[in-house]
Amino acid sequence: MVRENMATTVHQPPQIRTRPDPSRLGQGRNGGGNPTRAGGSPRVALDDSSPASRTGIWVAIAAITMTFAAFTSALVVRQGASLEAWHLVLPRILYLNTLILLASSVTLKIARRRFRSFLLGAEGERVAVLRGLYATLALGLLFLAGQYMAWMQLKAQGLYLATNPDSSFLYLFTAVHGLHVLGGLAGLLHAIRQLGRSDLRASTLAATSHYWHFMDILWLYLLFVLWMRL
Amino acid sequence: MAKFFAVTIILIAIGSAIPIVRGTWTQPVDISTHGYEIDHQYHETMWEAGVAFLAAQIILAVFIWKFSNRREDAEIRRLPGGATGLVLAAVLLVGTEVLALGVFGMNAWAKVYFAPPGPGAMPIQAQAGQFAFYFRYPGPDGTFGPLHPDKINEANENFFGLDPVSDPDSKDDIVTAEMAIPVNQEIHLLMHAKDLGHSFYVRELRVQQDFVPGLDVSVHFTATKVGKYEIVCTQLCGLGHYNMKTYLEVMSQEDFDSWLKQQAALQ
Amino acid sequence: MHDVSGQAAHHAPPQGFVRKHVFSLDHKVIGKQYYALALVAVLTGMVLSWLMRLHLGWPNLAIPGLHWISKTGAPGNLMTPELYLQLMTMHGTIMVFFVLTTAPFAAFGNFFLPIQVGAEDMPFPRFNMMSFWVTFVAFLVMIASFFVADGPTLGGWTQYAPLSAVGAVAGPGQGSGVVLWAASIGIFCIGQLLGSLNFITTTLDMRAKGMSLMRLPLTAWAWFITSCIGLTAFAVLMPACILLILDHVAGTSFFVASNLVINDQLQPHSGGSTLLWQHLFWFFGHPEVYVAIVPGMGIVSHVLITNMRRPLLSAKVMIASMGAIAFLSYMVYGHHMFVSGMNPFSALAFSFPTLIITIPATIITLLWIGSLYGSKLRINTASLFALGFISMFVSGGVSGFFLAQPSIDIMLHATYFVVGHFHLVMAVAAIFGIFSGTYFWFPKMTGKMMNETLGKLHFWLTFVGAYCIFMPFHYLGIMGNVRRYAQFVDDYLQPVLGVHKFITVAALLTGAAQLIFLYNLIHSHFWGKAAPENPWQATSLEWSIPSPPPFDNFGGKPPVVYHDPYQFGVKGSMGDYIMQDSPEPSPTGD
Repeated sequence: MVRENMATTVHQPPQIRTRPDPSRLGQGRNGGGNPTRAGGSPRVALDDSSPASRTGIWVAIAAITMTFAAFTSALVVRQGASLEAWHLVLPRILYLNTLILLASSVTLKIARRRFRSFLLGAEGERVAVLRGLYATLALGLLFLAGQYMAWMQLKAQGLYLATNPDSSFLYLFTAVHGLHVLGGLAGLLHAIRQLGRSDLRASTLAATSHYWHFMDILWLYLLFVLWMRL
Repeated sequence: MAKFFAVTIILIAIGSAIPIVRGTWTQPVDISTHGYEIDHQYHETMWEAGVAFLAAQIILAVFIWKFSNRREDAEIRRLPGGATGLVLAAVLLVGTEVLALGVFGMNAWAKVYFAPPGPGAMPIQAQAGQFAFYFRYPGPDGTFGPLHPDKINEANENFFGLDPVSDPDSKDDIVTAEMAIPVNQEIHLLMHAKDLGHSFYVRELRVQQDFVPGLDVSVHFTATKVGKYEIVCTQLCGLGHYNMKTYLEVMSQEDFDSWLKQQAALQ
Repeated sequence: MHDVSGQAAHHAPPQGFVRKHVFSLDHKVIGKQYYALALVAVLTGMVLSWLMRLHLGWPNLAIPGLHWISKTGAPGNLMTPELYLQLMTMHGTIMVFFVLTTAPFAAFGNFFLPIQVGAEDMPFPRFNMMSFWVTFVAFLVMIASFFVADGPTLGGWTQYAPLSAVGAVAGPGQGSGVVLWAASIGIFCIGQLLGSLNFITTTLDMRAKGMSLMRLPLTAWAWFITSCIGLTAFAVLMPACILLILDHVAGTSFFVASNLVINDQLQPHSGGSTLLWQHLFWFFGHPEVYVAIVPGMGIVSHVLITNMRRPLLSAKVMIASMGAIAFLSYMVYGHHMFVSGMNPFSALAFSFPTLIITIPATIITLLWIGSLYGSKLRINTASLFALGFISMFVSGGVSGFFLAQPSIDIMLHATYFVVGHFHLVMAVAAIFGIFSGTYFWFPKMTGKMMNETLGKLHFWLTFVGAYCIFMPFHYLGIMGNVRRYAQFVDDYLQPVLGVHKFITVAALLTGAAQLIFLYNLIHSHFWGKAAPENPWQATSLEWSIPSPPPFDNFGGKPPVVYHDPYQFGVKGSMGDYIMQDSPEPSPTGD
């Protein structure tokens, strides 16, 4: 069952798989991967799965998930500890903001698809990609502006951060989510800059877009929790 | 050096065990009705922990002694049983041991927390606040008057925030700085935190329970020996935490009755 | 096994002092920076503990210079109770976060993980550099709390609410000191998350040709498991700190219940949950202690194997056990809350996994001891500290048997028994892991050898001294000596004042012995004997490169791995071992 030496199944010299992958030996920052203009085969250029960025973005998503899990449990426990209920009505603009955020995910998806064509040689597509990315950025900013307006509406009702537990959590959830969206916007800006310099890798755009879609899903979840519990 | 190290380990192991075996520092005598099971668990655990501790340290020392400074061409040998044997030992010996402790220990815990106080239990309210304990007895009407936190006034010694003028039930409540209870009488201690977290610890009674702001917690116990015992705070509550203490006096029923009358007169 | 050669994070050699030594992207420099931070932190924490122990042994002692540490807490150099608690809080916080989470994981891990997997660097060097400087800023923020009006927070490293949340009304040390503490820890969490990001991606994606997961050294496994724990645990502590800061500065009531009266004033909070803080904190806090110890377990395995000249009886079982401990660590946290007012049924639910975690811990200990059998043990400072770790881990571990049971915890909770338990496993065992790693890896990190005689002297004084300090804590706990007391005024504690004096003397002497280590470290760094590439005849990849390694580790030629990491006890051209990157076949084919 257990052997003295480390048990692997290898009893032959290790198989060294070499892939014809000249583009991967490039001098990129943060993990090789594919430069924008692939010197090698198109299939390789389209490979947006630079393992390190992919693992990395999922690691980040896992951590952020845990953070919001903690906030959710704080909400649940806090409500359990309290005898009163406040029945907050969520500002309607939150629903509009949700649609805006979802739309931004659509524009990002379109941009990514255009980027694939661009990598395959369609130089004209670069403008389309940039447009898609800027659209996402704009919608993202619009979302944040909308969230701020939601706060204004709450203030108008006399609901501030410390007014009651429900208002505390509403501000808290939207603020922390908004901060993470800001981070996503920074990532989008970074991708836009790189695209301008013909330096954007498929793996970078993939990571940025996974993160952005996660912001969507996270917001839907938070909205649901707030709607259900407050 | 290896042999010296081995000897040192064994000396330290045995040296550490001596105060335990000799009982140099022990818990005080148990004066509670539920403490027997707790003490029993503790002694069982001490046996098992002690054996595990001594065995591991001694075997470690023996192996250090035997297998250092070997010849360059000496053969590397495998422990009979290998890793499988060790896993089995860990699971069967240690694993079942600790699980047994857990299963049998449930009894001791259940006696304290799963059984409600009996119908004849005497209610006493304890309030913990920076940096003192106060106690309230319900008086002849057997009811506690309501608490009004806004009426708390240390200078006027209204520690609980009672309003005897508006609340008839508060009129006969008796507030004291020390806790006295009759011997062999079950006590239901209702614990109220005035400001932040504190804890109630009486070693002889085998009781320790946190006061939780916002939560009504209670414990129940019966003292079987007359005497004076210390109540100390064990939950860090600020600069006076080390000095937050009072006394529990266990008295005969007659002595308790006269004590309570005296306290009532002082209200 | 997949080919990730060429995926290394290429960056050109750094130019200039600042790029080379300050804002460096090189994981090795970052590792050394973390080590230096941990060294400053441990010296700070140790001095704080001396002050604490002096006061506990001799409460009326005027300690020269004490008034410099606190503006109001030391009139006439006499320590007030609030100053004692503040020093205690800072001691615990600095030690747990800036020493035990930093040195074994961030310092050694950053330096050696990329090398041990065969990579040039970590995949995200800028995030890595950020992680160190973020941690450094967190340390500065923590130290800054000594300089605010009423000093650092006094609520213990556990910062239980409502004491921590109600603000300055609760007394000195509960004003801005708490906010700084929470901000510092929140910032620290970010640094940890950035670090874990790099560790996980390095282990999964940056391994050299032939380096399968099962061929990773046990230290690499330990760091990988630790980074997974750290990722989830610190991601929960950060929200807790945010909520605490909000309660403090924004008037929210996450943790503060209604109707609390402090100094005759009704507090404005409403309906918060006292226990919420404890749940959030300990959900982080228990996995955190495994973050502190698991890298040490990896180091002990790694150092001992080299010095036993044979692999462990089963590396798979060791890895699985470390993984099991990590997994179980999330289910046990309630054992810190048995008498907290939590549902008593939950107490049993937490008690059983706590008892069960004994099993993988025992397996790990038995694997070490069992592998000693029939080995060819070499005694040097590194192996002494590794063996000392085992002894300390056993001692600290068995007291866990008691604390895991709620009924016994009724008597031992919040006593010195707990303090003895966690000091033995964390302050001693984990520190021994750091020492063992230091003596073992110093030649590789600096190109110089440490002085063996001084090293052994350091070991002896520390080993005996640590037992003299912390074993008596258990006896004190058994007789009910409550912890976190600035002074012992209770009747029942008068007979043990002498024990406390003994402990203080032991602590001061053992602390002084650490100066030997400090001297050895610094002196050897500059004037030590030149170190060969592989002074211990070890097998893992870090020993196949120069001491110290070049900036890109493998000189532009990524290694190819042919063997398991611990080919000892086999006849090879190097003697009784074969290195991982040696094409020489091993008799077993592994």
